[in-house]
Amino acid sequence: MDAAQLDQVVATLWRVESPRVIARLARLVGDLDTAEELAQDTFLAAIEKWRTEGVPDNPGAWLNRTAKFLAIDRLRRRDSRRSKYQQVAATAPETVEHDLDEIVDGDLADDLLGLIFMSCHPILSPDARSALTLKLVCGLTTTEVARAFLAPEATIAQRIVRAKRTLAAANIRFELPDPSGRRARLDAVREVVYLVFNEGHAASSGDQWVRRDLAAEALRLGRMLASLTPDDTETLGLLALIELQASRINARTGPDGQPVLLRDQDRTRWDRLLIRRGLDNLDRIQALGGSPGPYALQAAIAACHARATTAEDTDWARIAALYDGLAQINPSPVVELNRGVATAEAFGPQAGLDLVLPLFEHPGMGEYPLLPAVAGDLWCRLGDHAQARELFLRAASLTQNTQDRSVMQQRAATCAAGH
Amino acid sequence: MRYMVMHYQTQDMEDGVRPSPEQQAAIGQHMQEAAMSGVLLTGEGVHPSSQGARVEVEAGKVRVIDGPFAEAKELIAGFAILEVDSLAEAVEHARKFALLVGTERVDVRRVIELEDLQ
Repeated sequence: MDAAQLDQVVATLWRVESPRVIARLARLVGDLDTAEELAQDTFLAAIEKWRTEGVPDNPGAWLNRTAKFLAIDRLRRRDSRRSKYQQVAATAPETVEHDLDEIVDGDLADDLLGLIFMSCHPILSPDARSALTLKLVCGLTTTEVARAFLAPEATIAQRIVRAKRTLAAANIRFELPDPSGRRARLDAVREVVYLVFNEGHAASSGDQWVRRDLAAEALRLGRMLASLTPDDTETLGLLALIELQASRINARTGPDGQPVLLRDQDRTRWDRLLIRRGLDNLDRIQALGGSPGPYALQAAIAACHARATTAEDTDWARIAALYDGLAQINPSPVVELNRGVATAEAFGPQAGLDLVLPLFEHPGMGEYPLLPAVAGDLWCRLGDHAQARELFLRAASLTQNTQDRSVMQQRAATCAAGH
Repeated sequence: MRYMVMHYQTQDMEDGVRPSPEQQAAIGQHMQEAAMSGVLLTGEGVHPSSQGARVEVEAGKVRVIDGPFAEAKELIAGFAILEVDSLAEAVEHARKFALLVGTERVDVRRVIELEDLQ
């Protein structure tokens, strides 16, 4: 095997094994910086050894074993330094080793969950959480994270360094909160998964409407998280939601990359495997019981679309009812806007407009391009083309996405022609 | 991209020898770990070929042959669909699975997806 091939093997192993290696190291040494440093040492040691001896049959096991040795070595040195300065009795290293044995045989799920809780710590901004999580939990390089976010590498590198510094300054150590604390922390994690997914799924900037790599990472994270907390209905709800939304990615853009609206999509292009997984997870949520949270409700809405073989078959009355439920537990102008859309489909454009028009008074909605886009569509259906045209132009001026802008301009032009 | 990872039977699997509790635990642990990697979309295993059949077509003539079939090691024992970045990544998961499940061969094949047909 030549050097380039070995680099390729090790790069793949970093992607597959580094999250669990870093997670276990974080659990052993407590802090992320040391864990990441030791993980890098582990992989460097691998390159060094495998260059002459070849890649072992089970490289994952080799990496995990080596990481453990490096961690024990680091802790011993740390410990002996401490005993020198503090004159602690010589029993300390043995204690450390005993604890280590327990940790080393501990549960991988706990390791990974603890790592995710650290990288998604609420003390960090959502941007910092996303970057750190993609790097440490998804095993991406800084270059890959930067590419995924369409950001300069230096910006992302700095964001990651700053995030780790913030965690260190606040003395955030590897920990597994008790069940009630865990629930609260899972909220912060789900927020990151959904944010990354949306950044990929409905790219808010740039000229690409869908950024598959980012959506794929969010799906990977969501699947990880759901397997780590199999009884958490909101996590299952989040996974069902993003898998159902992702099932439509192939149908969302036309041959020239232009967006295709849900009702115009070729449903044979929807991904049946993702739909089945989404519906299965909704069944599991139902079997687990309890009242559904915001993600589970949104997933149930997405499922209504997934089950409809044609746009005309869509059960809009059920979708409107689910939005009513969502508006009750998670009221927001965006939910209200969607409730308006569903209500219009189920009960006519006027019923929808009655819900949508008050939103123009909402202070947070002034710059939100979808509001005039939806209102324009409803006026258009009611036959008021002048109103509709003005609103489509407004939507076009507000959106940052070049694809969206051209769709809105096109609709305004159609209105000007009087239909 | 998606890969179908198919593992082949051993003579023991074909003979219906139940895996030892340790083996079962190891396989269960592996499935759990693959799920924790976030790459496992679905997977199934199949019973010995004595419970199956084969449909052969030769020059338009169909022949149905009931199992069992002689060539145990040429038969698929199960598959998993993985969502990964590369063939190399799929191979790493297949390698771990092969070591745990005690199979002598695992094929890793790229799944044809919609965008491949355009």
